[in-house]
Amino acid sequence: MWTLFHKFGSPPWLYRLSGAILRWLLPITVVALVAGSVWGLLFTAPDFRQGNSYRIIYIHVPAAVVALAGYYVMAIAGAVSLIWRMKMADIAMRACAPIGAALTFIALVTGSIWGKPTWGTWWVWDARITSMLILLFLYLGVVALYEAYENKALAAKACAVLSLVGTVNIPIIYKSVDWWYSLHQPASIKFTGGSTIDPSMLYPLLFMILAFYALFTCALLLNMRAEILQREQRTAWVRALAGERGGS
Amino acid sequence: MHPVRKQRLWLVLFLVVFSSSAIGLMAYALRGNINLFYPPVDVAAGLAPVGQNIRVGGMVVDGSVERSDNSLEVRFAVTDYEAVVPVVYTGILPDLFDEGQGAVAAGKLDENGVLQASEVLAKHDENYMPPEVAEALEASKSRMAEQAARQGYGQ
Repeated sequence: MWTLFHKFGSPPWLYRLSGAILRWLLPITVVALVAGSVWGLLFTAPDFRQGNSYRIIYIHVPAAVVALAGYYVMAIAGAVSLIWRMKMADIAMRACAPIGAALTFIALVTGSIWGKPTWGTWWVWDARITSMLILLFLYLGVVALYEAYENKALAAKACAVLSLVGTVNIPIIYKSVDWWYSLHQPASIKFTGGSTIDPSMLYPLLFMILAFYALFTCALLLNMRAEILQREQRTAWVRALAGERGGS
Repeated sequence: MHPVRKQRLWLVLFLVVFSSSAIGLMAYALRGNINLFYPPVDVAAGLAPVGQNIRVGGMVVDGSVERSDNSLEVRFAVTDYEAVVPVVYTGILPDLFDEGQGAVAAGKLDENGVLQASEVLAKHDENYMPPEVAEALEASKSRMAEQAARQGYGQ
């Protein structure tokens, strides 16, 4: 098990593995996103109270779910980077931040667009929305902190500490609608007991959540590959790769 | 595992646990301020300040909505099934505002315990279903009520 773990620390190995994964994951993701959107937006019934405006759920909820899950990926990569001083973990952590920020931003914007016709306001400082805004700042903070250091080893350390401290925000976001009185409704998809969303609406939603997980994975790997090539540009294997491409 | 790495692992765990409990305690101390609105039971108990901007949230009482004939003034009451707070509002209500549905009203409580609202928001619940399913649910509910009524007469 440890040998596999240490293999992840090898840039050429990770580069080749991610290339092999992306070759089939990328087309699957594109097809799933298109199919899920068409299913959710065109082939589901309107909601009995909201009409068609509820359909934004097929973008809003997947983006929010993966924004939260992506934070754990970033924090775990940060912990590995702190404990094992593994460069590839730094790269993974660094690669998560802009993707997570984009997803959080999408969740906030779509929520706001839905909130105006449903609640009657674009924005309200309730617990769910405010903690989600903090998540956006945490992601942007990791990006900014990384860029602020000249010394990248030091930058990775600082970012890892920030992302680990920020993990407390994730259960707060998740439980905010249960712990406090908020305008945002509680979760409709429940792990225990029945979901309060009709199955005909739930299946495309679950499908879109999976598609967004795949999208996150693709974006993460693409980001990491670019960063690996950048950092390893002087090594023999990258030169060989560039020569191979350039020569043919 | 290398002892140095083991030590760093403990340090990371300590960092996460310590910062989480610190922030958790802060959130616990500020819990009253994190709530978006007061439930009517708190307003009835006098916990909500009078004459200051507050929000009160709950379900709009069935049959309580009264619209004025010559202005945009609306009167209604919100309840958490323990207490009721009357609300007066002048303006346009959100589309999803309805009797028996959640609403959050922002404004000032006057001396009579009426909330003079400056903003009313509809609170959507977590139920999503197609209109046919909602109708079927409604129909089965009324059928059950009928049945219960009939059984009641039989006794």
